[in-house]
Amino acid sequence: MSRTVLGPFNRVEGDLEVSLEAADGQVSAAWVNSPMYRGFEQILQGKAPHDALVMVPRICGICSVSQSVAAAAALTNAAGAQVPVNGERAINLMLATENLADHFTHFYLFFMPDFAREAYAGTPWFDPVAARFRAIKGSATAEALPARARFLQIMGLLAGKWPHTLTIQAGGSARAVSANERIRLLSMIREFRQWLERHLFGDRLEAVCALESIDDLMSWATGDGPRGADLGRFVQLCDALDLHTLGQAPEVPRYMSFGNYPVEGTPALARGVWHAAAQRLEPMVSSDIVEDLSHAWMAGGGAAHPLKGSTLPDLDKADAYSWCKAPRWQGQVVQCGALSRQVVSGHPLARDMVARAGGNVMSRVIGRLLEIARIVPMMEQWTRALEPGAPFHASVSLPSDGEGVGMVEAARGSLGHWLVIRRGRIHNYQIIAPTTWNFSPRDAQGVPGALEQALVGTPVETGREMPVRVQHVIRSFDPCMVCTVH
Amino acid sequence: MNVLWLQSGGCGGCTMSMLCAETPDLLGMLADADIHFLWHPSLSEESGSEAVSVLDRCVSGELPLDVLCVEGSLLRGPNGTGRFHMLAGTGTPMIEWVSKLAARARHTMAVGTCAAFGGVTSGGLNPTDACGLQYEGATPGGLLGADFRSGSGLPVINVAGCPTHPDWVIESLMALSMGEMGAEALDEVGRPRFYADHLVHHGCSRNEFYEFKASAEKPSDMGCMMEHMGCKGTQAHADCNLRPWNGNGSCTSGGYPCISCTEPGFEEPGHPFAETPKVSGIPIGLPTDMPKAWFVALAALSKSATPKRVRVNATSDHTVIAPANRKTGLK
Ligand code: SF4
Ligand code: SF4
Repeated sequence: MSRTVLGPFNRVEGDLEVSLEAADGQVSAAWVNSPMYRGFEQILQGKAPHDALVMVPRICGICSVSQSVAAAAALTNAAGAQVPVNGERAINLMLATENLADHFTHFYLFFMPDFAREAYAGTPWFDPVAARFRAIKGSATAEALPARARFLQIMGLLAGKWPHTLTIQAGGSARAVSANERIRLLSMIREFRQWLERHLFGDRLEAVCALESIDDLMSWATGDGPRGADLGRFVQLCDALDLHTLGQAPEVPRYMSFGNYPVEGTPALARGVWHAAAQRLEPMVSSDIVEDLSHAWMAGGGAAHPLKGSTLPDLDKADAYSWCKAPRWQGQVVQCGALSRQVVSGHPLARDMVARAGGNVMSRVIGRLLEIARIVPMMEQWTRALEPGAPFHASVSLPSDGEGVGMVEAARGSLGHWLVIRRGRIHNYQIIAPTTWNFSPRDAQGVPGALEQALVGTPVETGREMPVRVQHVIRSFDPCMVCTVH
Repeated sequence: MNVLWLQSGGCGGCTMSMLCAETPDLLGMLADADIHFLWHPSLSEESGSEAVSVLDRCVSGELPLDVLCVEGSLLRGPNGTGRFHMLAGTGTPMIEWVSKLAARARHTMAVGTCAAFGGVTSGGLNPTDACGLQYEGATPGGLLGADFRSGSGLPVINVAGCPTHPDWVIESLMALSMGEMGAEALDEVGRPRFYADHLVHHGCSRNEFYEFKASAEKPSDMGCMMEHMGCKGTQAHADCNLRPWNGNGSCTSGGYPCISCTEPGFEEPGHPFAETPKVSGIPIGLPTDMPKAWFVALAALSKSATPKRVRVNATSDHTVIAPANRKTGLK
């Protein structure tokens, strides 16, 4: 058995390398390496706590607002402050805009173009799919890019710019919304809704949200409108290529969500860990989390809770093969992302998909599109509920010694910031980003991370250096490597 | 014009920003301007060995390379090995790829402040020994050296910004494609002058508050953010308030100060970002062209003349007092 080293993977965020061992035409073991380290956690040490709001968004250009929201939450938590409900709604709108734009970008620019690759030429479905989704040249790219840019104008209004806003502050939003702007926001959300209903779903968002099972989905997708729209096309591909059997990780039946979009403190999407085998929702608490350093190029070998964690590079460490640490919940590997959020929050279609075939290429992608359909109507509600004239921000004062935790859901899953302040400065700042969970290396017990497990069993054609099915599996997680090791 | 785009020690945000270009057809517009991506990490089809082969053919000269775009800072550490970023699948440090490709490129462009000057990645104690292509902060040098000139004879074109405005990148590429960007088009740190010959302060919606030194005191206040909130709009070279971001935004209209993200060294201002350092009550970072004594005199005068409307609105998050309707007698 020989090891093949694959990289760079494009149409993912950041740089990614994967090593595979294959036997009998399928992957028998995988090792995932994040080959770039910048050291944000080191850079943050010694800075004024509020400066985190400048630095952390710059961890990632595709989910910078999620990083801001997590940092602001950690600071607000350290201050023991409350965000006014207008501030919660404005922040929810910014975070939702980014998360949905991410799902949208992933589907049209990152994921679907692989079905237009030469490897599939000659299949009965190829020509129309290639015309629609080919990288750069497909009709979908030409239509999706301006729709994305228009949708992100919500950020121009609410956040000044995207990425890298400073509107999101400890204590709320620094940008109050006036009555006429509230109306403009609503019309921007509706414009996006119309695009989605016309091109992505071929149906009302509410009709997509009402799908309760895979059977529902399959028969819906053959209906008049949906059949010619992009989700319908993808469902047909799932059928033709058995994408529900690809990229499963049966040993990781745990789907985690930190919960998202609080209004008056209660998240619109619930927090918890769904145990698919036991069909049980378990509570998610920060103290159950550790990061294991055994296979990361980081000094030290143990596992520690992030409030006690450390980040010090050690490139010559034996057994290490990635800059990514290995986060574990109750000692276990978990999956996170849109599918997990939908499963934890109890959506019947998501629960049915994981009950029948777990996380897989199909269910992860459907999970994201389902989330788009569910969140746009929530955005409309938050916008309607904004109260111009009432405060969007409450002043906070930070203790000179203290701790704060910020746990949010970014597009790719659970994002946590853990902050320790000593003598008015950042003493320690540890971040666990979503892809860190999904693309984790092995831990001290030798247990591989979620993607490493999901790749096992993937068919690899001999003679192809970068098998297209391996690419489907990897991109189904929508990885972001700049976040992973930050 | 063949463009090769690489990403190293940054966040990918300049690419994400570029995709927000306000045009009904970004890729069509680029194609129409004869701009062709040999490879772009977020857009191209090629992965793995196919992508590496594009790079190899550029290095060998088989594929003519007109513009090398680099996004993200260059990670020289640890100890000059470049091992903090090995380009996946190649076993070779990214800094080596960039050096070899820059030697072949007709133009070399730093997309964003990281690639231009080092940016946030070089903040703190700079754990990865990050630098820009041709600068380390404001000091010439960086990865390629102060004397580097690309095939065209130009130094590295520094399209600085964190992130860059989509138009800054696209218009720079178009100017190159049309052969209209010479040495005179760049300022003293290599930034295209079409956007760097402005100040962020130009066109800021808070200008009336600035005139009267009616200042914001906390986030979400509407007043000018220069006096207490760290705004560097009067010193930062960029046209952020003249051309909108994401349709209608800018940092200052988003409720927060300009942190001068287009300037070398912005990542370490020497004070908390959202606070204005002062000496005996007077901000030390005064408007670029203004003698201190004048500023002090004018500020005292204008504060004493501040209309109540401006003073009250400055510290609230919405207009509390609207401008009066008064008959002027003019027709
Ligand atoms: S907020 Fe900044 S850019 Fe705006 S007027 Fe004040 S100093 Fe100028
Ligand atoms: S306003 Fe200042 S901080 Fe904001 S993008 Fe422009 S130069 Fe950068």
